[in-house]
Amino acid sequence: MAFAHLLEVDDIHSHLAVKDGTVRAVDGVSFKVDAGETLGIVGESGSGKSMTALSIMRLLPRSGSIVQGKVTFKGRVLTELSEDEMEAIRGTEIAMIFQDPMTSLNPVYRTGWQVGEPLRIHRHVDTRTSIRAAADLFQKVGIPDASKRVTQFPHMFSGGMRQRAMIAMGLSTSPSLLIADEPTTALDVTIQAQILELLRTLNRDYGTATILITHNLGVVAGMCDRVIVMYAGRVVEQGRTEDVFARPEHPYTWSLLRSIPRLDADEHEPLKPIDGSPPDMVRLPAGCKFTPRCPFAIPRCAAEEPELLTVRDQLSRCWVTQAGATLDGDQGG
Amino acid sequence: MSNAPAIVAAQEPIRRTPVAVLELLRGHRRVAASFVLVAILFLVAVLSPVMSPHDPLAVSPDSSYLPPLTPGHVLGTDELGRDLLSRILWGARVSLPVAFVAVAVGLFGGGLIGLVSGYAGGITDLLLMRLVDALLAFPGLILAIAVVAALGPGLRNAMIAIGIVAVPVYARLVRAVVLQLKQMEFVVATRSLGATPLRLILRHLIPNLLNPIIVQVSLSAGFAILAEATLSFLGLGAQLPTPDWGQMINSGASFLNNDPWLAIVPGAAISITVYSFNLLGDSLRDALDPRLRS
Repeated sequence: MAFAHLLEVDDIHSHLAVKDGTVRAVDGVSFKVDAGETLGIVGESGSGKSMTALSIMRLLPRSGSIVQGKVTFKGRVLTELSEDEMEAIRGTEIAMIFQDPMTSLNPVYRTGWQVGEPLRIHRHVDTRTSIRAAADLFQKVGIPDASKRVTQFPHMFSGGMRQRAMIAMGLSTSPSLLIADEPTTALDVTIQAQILELLRTLNRDYGTATILITHNLGVVAGMCDRVIVMYAGRVVEQGRTEDVFARPEHPYTWSLLRSIPRLDADEHEPLKPIDGSPPDMVRLPAGCKFTPRCPFAIPRCAAEEPELLTVRDQLSRCWVTQAGATLDGDQGG
Repeated sequence: MSNAPAIVAAQEPIRRTPVAVLELLRGHRRVAASFVLVAILFLVAVLSPVMSPHDPLAVSPDSSYLPPLTPGHVLGTDELGRDLLSRILWGARVSLPVAFVAVAVGLFGGGLIGLVSGYAGGITDLLLMRLVDALLAFPGLILAIAVVAALGPGLRNAMIAIGIVAVPVYARLVRAVVLQLKQMEFVVATRSLGATPLRLILRHLIPNLLNPIIVQVSLSAGFAILAEATLSFLGLGAQLPTPDWGQMINSGASFLNNDPWLAIVPGAAISITVYSFNLLGDSLRDALDPRLRS
């Protein structure tokens, strides 16, 4: 294809109007996704991961809007398309699956009918054909007894099966980009593994590029080629997954990795949470937003916000590491 | 597990598992019983011209004030010698259509307000809901009487008045369900697969509204029957000589001491009808409650 990248997100700013002000939910996020690649976006609740995804889809809640920036997909600028043109892209070129499989299917329709809906909307096939296609898709995503399952209602499906059905719906039109917003958060651990395995298989077999949004670093380590770490609506670190995990260059990533409980830890060794709590998104501190919780902070951090610059093999938004210092295991706290 | 083994499932014919009305009637006896009652009422309304032993308007002064169980007049006759059974049967043709038009007015008016209010939110919601609050502030019958007083008496205006009384109930109900549905991820999910907002509302939100609406329709049909009878009793609804239950009670009330059946018989007809609709609504509410569904 003639495009340099499948998806290019360029300096997106999305704001949400809330009761006591404006939340800069996405504040200058840029990244690229190539065909067939898997990109992970991690961050805690409220860091802007989902809002970034919804900005790409242009499905922000009514109180939200993209105030600046550009999203380019296959050479087309999504942020400049009309709503009609955007509707033609949603569900054909870009599909999205959601966190809560319990509510992401419409309870009053049979699953086959729903999974076939993108085909009816975009390919204008009739209901019978679309349900038959849904049965085929059910087989592909590992739902047994597909021809019977398509006639059942969502409440007759388990959580894992519903998420499979959602994935089937996302895949029905062979999109080139799949955005998975915390697809395994609401599932049992064993089912999580199966769903991730399924996503990996589909990514490999169909070459569907995937943006995987999660707060689970383990998921990123197992699934993603590259990772973006978000904090307070900004990208704080970005790089190849191995690089970021082997040697984080932002204190937030460093703290996240350190807070994972380890099996080989000494007995009675306490867990290491990140001190403090996420910032108030309406009244963000000046300077680097992580400063109040950062064990490495220097005076400059609170005064001036750093840029996202190359540090070693990745990009990091941190004065300390940009100055050449290393984030040492036992410092701070 | 992810490389689905080729279960040759898709070649098998796809058959729907039966649900819907028959299943509902089979599984819930109260629904079935009240459904039969309401069906009988409709049948009576449709067939009253054939079923009535006499012309409901035929006056015969010779046979007035005949008590019930008189041969030829099972329910007796009124002060003008008109056959009560025939008048009751014909009365169903007045009450039921009035109730249904009134419910339809309430459902479409209120449903539209609720849908717009819940979906749009913000200032639109605020303004529409204050309007609904204003309507809700009046007791139902007083509002209906006021509306008829403004529009003038008659069956058509009674229908409109009762419908207006039902509007806030439907507006509140529909808005509440839409707000609840908007929280569910399938709303964004449906938009994310390329559905237009119109398709989302028509194909995905409205079908989810049907259960609560069906229940509310049967309940407010009971109310509408009663309200119509009340308006007619007060002379604001059906006009003479239309055989109407409320109006029959009104004229029968004068003879309560000597010939009480003149008022009791139409009263019983109203009671049975209202009870049937309420029973249907009540049992449907239990049967359709998703929390009780397996």
